[in-house]
Amino acid sequence: MSTASATTLGHLPNRAPAQFLRARRRAAVVLIVIATLIAASFWSLNLQWANFFSASSMGRMTKFLGELLTPSREATFLAKLAIASLETLAMSALGTMLAALGGLVLALPASQSPGVESSLARAPVRLILNVLRSIPELVWAALLLISAGLGPFAGTLALAMHTAGVLGRLFAEAIENAPTAPAFALRVQGVPPGRVFLYATLPQVLPQIISYSLYRWENNIRAAAVLGVVGAGGLGQMLAFHMGLFHMKEASSVLIAMMLLVSLVDFLSYLTRRLMAR
Amino acid sequence: MTNLAALAPPRRDPAFHERLSWALLALVLLIPSLYATDFKPWVFFTPENLRVTARFIGDFFPPKLEVEFLTMVAREAWRTVAIATAGIALALVFAAPLALASTAILSVSSLPGRMHAIPFAARQAVRLLLIFLRSIPELVWALVFVRVVGLGATAGVLAIALTYSGMLGKVYGDILESGNLHSTTSLLRNGASRLQAFFYGLLPENAGELTSYTIYRWECAIRSSAVLGFVGAGGLGQQMELSMKMFNGSEVSTMLIAFVLLVWLADHVSLQLRKMIA
Repeated sequence: MSTASATTLGHLPNRAPAQFLRARRRAAVVLIVIATLIAASFWSLNLQWANFFSASSMGRMTKFLGELLTPSREATFLAKLAIASLETLAMSALGTMLAALGGLVLALPASQSPGVESSLARAPVRLILNVLRSIPELVWAALLLISAGLGPFAGTLALAMHTAGVLGRLFAEAIENAPTAPAFALRVQGVPPGRVFLYATLPQVLPQIISYSLYRWENNIRAAAVLGVVGAGGLGQMLAFHMGLFHMKEASSVLIAMMLLVSLVDFLSYLTRRLMAR
Repeated sequence: MTNLAALAPPRRDPAFHERLSWALLALVLLIPSLYATDFKPWVFFTPENLRVTARFIGDFFPPKLEVEFLTMVAREAWRTVAIATAGIALALVFAAPLALASTAILSVSSLPGRMHAIPFAARQAVRLLLIFLRSIPELVWALVFVRVVGLGATAGVLAIALTYSGMLGKVYGDILESGNLHSTTSLLRNGASRLQAFFYGLLPENAGELTSYTIYRWECAIRSSAVLGFVGAGGLGQQMELSMKMFNGSEVSTMLIAFVLLVWLADHVSLQLRKMIA
């Protein structure tokens, strides 16, 4: 170091170490990029703040919120709400189950175990999983409405499509990371591959498969609650319907039902995790 | 002499009855949900639906690639990114003070032992506000704001800002409390003000983690801003919804490809940025 002689002469270098300066420069570059992006976003969107803060829309907003505070408690409406909540729950459960089955079927060709020739289908199946995963549930629902019609069936399938992509990838990773000794032991005895999977690999990855599926189910209940706004059944469809007609009292009840459903599921999954961790 | 018959493996699956009862229970739960979700796969194969679907899917190839249309898709894709970025920037403005107000580390009264009742209640109130903000999905906020400010990007930005300020505020608080608190408490004990303790102790300690969580959330916001378009909050989703309503398969297919590319790009950029920070 050239600074070594300088330090002996008493005037210590008043510069930070080079490594530190480099990190600071890099942070500055990242910050500038982010600031530019934010400025460009606000500039290009020409947001209507004047419109939002105008007296008329503020009045509408306060009226909305005021009406939201008085949820409808009519008995016939509440009965309909209960049915829609059950529909949402059923959509999420069935969608997750279909996704777990589909994900497992897709995970088999998508995973590669060491020492086994990887299947020819591996690359295309991985592409399929990526596409399934990167299209959100709501977009799937809007697409499926065209061929399945309005209602919870399209929503269930939409949840299943997206979740199959997510779970398929997670399952494939679980299968790849499972210990290979049991599978190898069966394979050297001449057991066919299907049975090797059923008796050696599956029992080892089953706990992971179950916990991933439960976790996604929790996610899917939230998704199922809002999926209906494009017409795919459940609470979301009721919400979109009543909001469209400005029935704010009913909309408020639907919102409360959504929040109750989600927090109930949160509580149940918290309880399950506590029980499983013990 | 040991009895060889006792050592021999059982001829039948020892867990047979357990498995059978679990499977039966699953079936009993499954049948009502099949009813509740209107699960009728054969609707796909009614001649009328089949014709519509075949035409729509047939239109997917080739995707529409006219220059005029592609520039529109690029502009809307940018608007999707811009809505997410502006939303996150606004969320940050709300989330940072709320996180500071909710964290117990910067409490002077808790330094000697227990926090006083009033600051404790204030912090719990801020936490409740954060829970409320994030428990309503952004799609629902978007439905509300579309009715207040009209169709367009403003509703999307506001919806993302509200939901994400709840999420960011909560997680920022968690990150601040999980780090090494030594320097912060030393500063506070020696008479530094709470803002000084934050800027010189808490923030430098956790800056990396806070930034990388924010970037991750930005990536999520891009995905959700694309979806918000379906209720009329601007961006790629709104155009996709229009094309779907007109059963224009080739336009939908171009936009789906653009959407998948956008998500992939955001994924990649966010990963690179987070790597740079780590």
